[in-house]
Amino acid sequence: MLLEVKDLHAGIDGKEILKGLNLQVNKGEVHAIMGPNGSGKSTLSKVLAGHPSYQVISGEVLYEGKNLLELEPDERARDGVFMAFQYPVEVPGVSNSQFLRLAYNEKMKHLGTEELDPLEFNDYLKEKAKVVEMSSEFFKRSVNEGFSGGEKKRNEILQMAVLEPKLAILDETDSGLDIDALRIVAEGVNKLRSEDNAIILVTHYQRLLNFIVPDMVHVLAGGKIVKEGGKELALELEEKGYDWVKAATK
Amino acid sequence: MDAFKRFLTARDEPENLRRLREDAFAVFTGMGFPAVKSEDWKYTNVAPLMGLDWKVSEGQPKVPADVDWELLEVFDGGRNGFTALNVAFGEYATLRIAKDTVVDQPIEFNFAAADGTAQFPHLLVIAEAGSKATIVESYESTAKSFTNAAIQIVVEDNANLTHYRVQKESADAFHYGVTEVSVGRGGVYNSTNINLGSALSRHDIELKFRAEGGEAWVDGLYMLNGSQHSDTHSIIDHTVPNCTSHQNYKGVLNDSARAVFNGKVLVRENAHGTDAQQSNKNLLLSNDARVDTKPQLEIFNDDVKCAHGATVGQLEEEELFYLLTRGLPENLARNLLTYGFAEEIINKIGIDSIKSNLDAAVLNRLKVKLEIENI
Ligand SMILES: Nc1ncnc2c1ncn2[C@@H]1O[C@H](COP(=O)(O)OP(=O)(O)OP(=O)(O)O)[C@@H](O)[C@H]1O
Ligand SMILES: [Mg+2]
Repeated sequence: MLLEVKDLHAGIDGKEILKGLNLQVNKGEVHAIMGPNGSGKSTLSKVLAGHPSYQVISGEVLYEGKNLLELEPDERARDGVFMAFQYPVEVPGVSNSQFLRLAYNEKMKHLGTEELDPLEFNDYLKEKAKVVEMSSEFFKRSVNEGFSGGEKKRNEILQMAVLEPKLAILDETDSGLDIDALRIVAEGVNKLRSEDNAIILVTHYQRLLNFIVPDMVHVLAGGKIVKEGGKELALELEEKGYDWVKAATK
Repeated sequence: MDAFKRFLTARDEPENLRRLREDAFAVFTGMGFPAVKSEDWKYTNVAPLMGLDWKVSEGQPKVPADVDWELLEVFDGGRNGFTALNVAFGEYATLRIAKDTVVDQPIEFNFAAADGTAQFPHLLVIAEAGSKATIVESYESTAKSFTNAAIQIVVEDNANLTHYRVQKESADAFHYGVTEVSVGRGGVYNSTNINLGSALSRHDIELKFRAEGGEAWVDGLYMLNGSQHSDTHSIIDHTVPNCTSHQNYKGVLNDSARAVFNGKVLVRENAHGTDAQQSNKNLLLSNDARVDTKPQLEIFNDDVKCAHGATVGQLEEEELFYLLTRGLPENLARNLLTYGFAEEIINKIGIDSIKSNLDAAVLNRLKVKLEIENI
């Protein structure tokens, strides 16, 4: 098993948000997490990525059988955990390609493989940019600075393509994308999908799941997974709304 | 005193220039060096430089003074003891960019004083109407020395002047500099002032709009380590209507470095339609670093668009987390963010050789080796 979350309780500023969450993800799988606003989806993503403002109260997270929670965020990343931010952060003055090359080379160092010089990396980056049909004009620009909402989301997937994570958590990557961009990003994610990695898709829209077909759908409400099922669950949710699951679990 | 007499007799100069020097020296003798009890010098103590005996630099070949008298006469030599001394010992040079000409190549002035010496460059720059040029004023003494520099700039009607000022003197040097600018009708003055060097440095800037429709950028960066001290005082004076000024100054301070930023924007009574933006952001990388920032807007007209602000802080936690989640070790991530903070100003520089030189200087100041090359 790649990721195992066991009875996770976590929160921020003394407020408990995740209240006994369980989740199991195997290599080669895509899991969708859906749920109402404020139910804790981003909290889960950030706890998995290691955001320092969030506190784990109790429970366990195993990644490749190891305790993920004791690793620093950068160690998790180099070990293959990636989170695409719901709100990607702007980093002024640092170009996308400089940043990505540093990140890529840190990972290569960790894996004990060869690092790339700027020219080699530029070729590699061009190849990867095709995955999300991003023009090389974005390489030179400061990370996310002045990017439109949709461009930022695409840039997150470019980073995923470059870093080739084993576990990718995509927090509402589809929000804010126009119809064409949604298709491009979804196709990109499908290209990155493999037998060796797993993807957790946080989304509000069943539409995304037509493009990226999940193995499982989980409904997160009130800090817990309250319902699980196959891809048909997303359709059912779209039809009946969250009140239906909330009512069903009471 | 004797040094001044020797300086005068060693030169065979016209009477008017000689008199100018003597008068200025008398002003200096009367004023002395600025003292911390004056409000304008409250945070900058120049005592360490006064106790030393400086030889007047003879590094440059003694070129005959080339003085545009009309411009030199408006120089505020009585601003302080330094400016008076600069006029007394000034090595004058005039640059005139002819009417309606476009100079593609940057015009560079490099100054370096030898160990134990003082230099007093004084540049007079006139960008005539409709001209376009870039000047680079660079201070790069490599030893303990004293630079006391002045530059006067006139941007005539519809002229466009880009001005890069780079101060990267040795870490035990002393540096005083003053920039006086006047902008004519529809003139554009775009400056970037980089301060990396010197134990103690001070830069005074005074920019005046003379006629409507002028636009000016007065941007800068100070990046200091160790016990460096850097002080920038600027006045942007909107004396006439419909001019635009932008000022973006950033500071990065490490160790026990100290910086002063005092930026005054004055919008006079009849200066309606003024657009003035001013910002001073400081990054403190150590608990012992300190900055005193004082952006000031003085507005005497209602029909204006003005904004100003100053911040003093640490790196943004969300930016740091973002970089960590991409696998950058914390130390590297912090330094990359610091680099980015400084690069926002460096990136303005449109001359590749100077920009890459400054990139390298910024990278050099970081506490880790960052493998960044621009391609
Ligand atoms: N610093 C904080 N202090 C208190 N409560 C907080 C804090 N930060 C977040 N929360 C709360 O935590 C809850 C969960 O937020 P989270 O961002 O995880 O929701 P979400 O499921 O991702 O919602 P959305 O669908 O809107 O993105 C929300 O009710 C939010 O208001
Ligand atoms: Mg969210």
